[in-house]
Amino acid sequence: MHKLLFTTGAALAFAMTASSQTHDHGSSSTSEKPWSQADAYFDPVEMDAARQHMQAHDGNTPIGMIMVNRAEVQSSDDETVGVWDADAWYGGDINRIWLKTEGEYSFDDEEFADAEVQLLWSHAISRYFDLQSGIRYDFEPEGQAHAVLGFQGLAPYWFEVHGAAYLSDSGDLTAGFEAEYELLLTNRLILQPRLAANLSAQDIPERDLGTGLTDLQAGLRLRYEIRREFAPYIGVEYSNAFGSTADRIEAAGGDPDETRLLIGVRTWF
Amino acid sequence: MFSRRLFLQGSALAGLSSLLPASLLPAWARSASDGNTGLSNATATEFNLSIGRFPVQIDGRTGQAVGVNGTLPAPLIRFREGDEITLNVTNTLDEDTSIHWHGLLVPFQMDGVPGVTFPGIRPGETFTYKYSVPQAGTYWYHSHSGLQEQEGLYGPLIIDPHHHDPVAYDREYVLVLSDWSFESPYRIFAKLKKMSDAYNYQQRTVGDFLKDAKERGLGATWEDRTMWGQMRMSPRDIADVTGATYHYLINGHSTADNWNGIFQPGERVRLRIINASAMTIFNVRLPGLPMTIVAADGLNVQPLEVDEFQMGVAETYDVIIEPKDDRAYAFVAESIDRSGQAVATFGPRPGMRAEAPALRAVPTLTMKDMGMDHGAMSHGDMDMGSKDMSGMDHSMMDHSKMDHAAMGHDMSTMEMSGHEGHDMGGMDMDHSAHGMTEEANWPVEKKTIKRGPGVANVAMMPMSRLDEPGIGLEDVGHRVMRYSQLRSLTRNPDLRPPGREMEIHLTSNMERYMWSFDGVKFSEVTEPIIFHEGERLRVTLINNTMMPHPIHLHGMFFDLVNGGGDHKPRKHTVIVKPGEKLSFDVSADHVGDWAFHCHLLYHMHAGMMQVVSVLPSGDRLKEKHKSMDDMPPDHQMMDHQTMDHDAMDHGMMDHETMDHSAMGHEMHEEMK
Repeated sequence: MHKLLFTTGAALAFAMTASSQTHDHGSSSTSEKPWSQADAYFDPVEMDAARQHMQAHDGNTPIGMIMVNRAEVQSSDDETVGVWDADAWYGGDINRIWLKTEGEYSFDDEEFADAEVQLLWSHAISRYFDLQSGIRYDFEPEGQAHAVLGFQGLAPYWFEVHGAAYLSDSGDLTAGFEAEYELLLTNRLILQPRLAANLSAQDIPERDLGTGLTDLQAGLRLRYEIRREFAPYIGVEYSNAFGSTADRIEAAGGDPDETRLLIGVRTWF
Repeated sequence: MFSRRLFLQGSALAGLSSLLPASLLPAWARSASDGNTGLSNATATEFNLSIGRFPVQIDGRTGQAVGVNGTLPAPLIRFREGDEITLNVTNTLDEDTSIHWHGLLVPFQMDGVPGVTFPGIRPGETFTYKYSVPQAGTYWYHSHSGLQEQEGLYGPLIIDPHHHDPVAYDREYVLVLSDWSFESPYRIFAKLKKMSDAYNYQQRTVGDFLKDAKERGLGATWEDRTMWGQMRMSPRDIADVTGATYHYLINGHSTADNWNGIFQPGERVRLRIINASAMTIFNVRLPGLPMTIVAADGLNVQPLEVDEFQMGVAETYDVIIEPKDDRAYAFVAESIDRSGQAVATFGPRPGMRAEAPALRAVPTLTMKDMGMDHGAMSHGDMDMGSKDMSGMDHSMMDHSKMDHAAMGHDMSTMEMSGHEGHDMGGMDMDHSAHGMTEEANWPVEKKTIKRGPGVANVAMMPMSRLDEPGIGLEDVGHRVMRYSQLRSLTRNPDLRPPGREMEIHLTSNMERYMWSFDGVKFSEVTEPIIFHEGERLRVTLINNTMMPHPIHLHGMFFDLVNGGGDHKPRKHTVIVKPGEKLSFDVSADHVGDWAFHCHLLYHMHAGMMQVVSVLPSGDRLKEKHKSMDDMPPDHQMMDHQTMDHDAMDHGMMDHETMDHSAMGHEMHEEMK
């Protein structure tokens, strides 16, 4: 695992360095001044500093964002859980560092059922898509690291999509895909369908996963944007496990398909 | 003069309606009810301007402004043409500042752009600007540092003509239009970067879909929605920052604060209107009262009577109004996206309040605003997936709605061979290349821009839109100014044909909130745009974005190629409409480095800026040699003498029917 983390980390660092050389660069890297006629009237050193400042501030201002896309309580007949799905990013237009986290807390068992964090380097590769690579670490149900390679962006017809492949430190390959759409009932009341699917390339008994499509979630959330940055919502989510993944859940006494009502808040800043 | 009784009455009215302490306003910006009955014509030659932070009252709320001498807007600077002017600007802020004299032909080291023409004014420092300018008219000044312009650092500037003023008037006012937010401008910019439609509460909804389906049919409505959806663009993407955060102001007054001016019925009143907004293009009108435009961007134009005009950020217009009736008239500055407006009053008595008209319906963009990009419409390449070319369906486009006449520079004799012939797959050159400019008698520097993270759209069929009134004003039922109507009052000073032409593309990706020229952000610029002292050249701007951009060139007026012959309007700022291709001719008379940018503040801040270096004529050979070495072959200036025109693919042009000899290259209008 350490080896994997090291390798991924090194790749990440290398990629960021390489990329910062080809993109998002200011004028400081060029030895020749792009313009300098004012040097005849003012101190050239001051002019250089002012020019670099001006250029950097007109096109290369780093921005950061925290988006709590889902912070909700889900309730079914059987149980009540807390679910979160949040991202943070920082960087320029082309290169950004992303931190993603999602997980589930069981109020009945008073413990985290799932909790994962991803640290990704994100690179804009086309008009609407970013390539993302980095590492993921699962804290729950058991500590495990993964290498991540994925994409995120806006597909035609305004579908927000992202997907990634995960290679665990035990060599298991899995993948996840998610799509969201926003239907504007009004400019503040927004209905958001969401579909998420997970796949596995092999049976992973210790994670209760079977080969193929392991599970699917289909959700519908209705939010009201009191402000753009703050929107409470209600919704419903249906989830179903498939194939041998479903068999394993059933064998463990669980229910492979489930419908939950939910209430939560979406916020960003 | 008005009586004391009227004055008291006016004050009482103002007291009821306005929470704006007049003491915080300079005399020219006050209402008639606070004693302003018109501008004083007092001029000076020396001005002391102190830049600082101070509280302001806007719409009954207190905010923090950055401005000059404690007032918002900043003081009126008025001087005489040709006088030697001294302006001492002291910075009391804890950050750098600057003042740029917008539209003034100052020596470039006095132009006030940090990092381009001077280092900026440090905290505690006083910088002395000295200049005399050979021009008269209505101008303005503003900070060119950070986002201080949004915070209140803008003011009017009037230069009285040395000789006779051809415009006669009995009374004059200056009207500074602006947009104010209680949010920090840095926060506004960051929000746009995170979510570019954060301030847009006018997107089309399910309700609009149902309404359209009822009116136009379900099929047509579905096709329309899927077309926009496929492109991932919004036809309601008209203003980035809107009435959701802005309080629109006239002379620092919101509609509630009701700036009011007086007139005696029958008087000719000159309004010097300045759009000093950070981001707001305004539609300006006085319902029930025509305006006669007499000057544009400071310089006199042949009088043009209109009922309304669209006014880009940083443009100035002087209009004459002649109210005859004993009634109050509303002066309305409506944001282009109709998300808000500022209303002031002109009336025969101080303190009157005209009825504010309701905001008009939100405009919706059309395919024309896309520069008719067939490629984006039908391919809509989902960049991660495979391209399904079989899905191309041009029937989605309504060809009958396209303005073919306006294409290709209004050459009615040009045969358009129909759009079916386009090779959509391999196309990476825009068809605008087939316009008349390619047949120009001068070399044309073209650039090929490619889609990518910073360029969401390449307009394949940009067209002249100078004869259109502007977004949302196509069907308002009264006379709206079009750029094609403007004529300089005097003959243009330089009638030489251009020696060369360069194309500059306006590019963006709204989704990522990236803005640039030629796909290159200012932060990435490694060489400026070169003009050579003494040369006459044509600059052609091609707007590949869905938004109108007020493009401003520092240090020189340009002649807008609008069919005006030797009386073209001379401007410092011009709105380039979505999907538009327009040209201006400019004489590179003033040596120096000059800023060239979109005057929408956050577009500039995102990178939509360049520098035009006018190099002294002595440097010309050296520079030419260098640039020929550096440039890739396809960027080199075209030498038409050695070009094989037969080998070029002019596909859609029917050369037989084109009368090349008749092309004077300024005849776009005439040929219509």
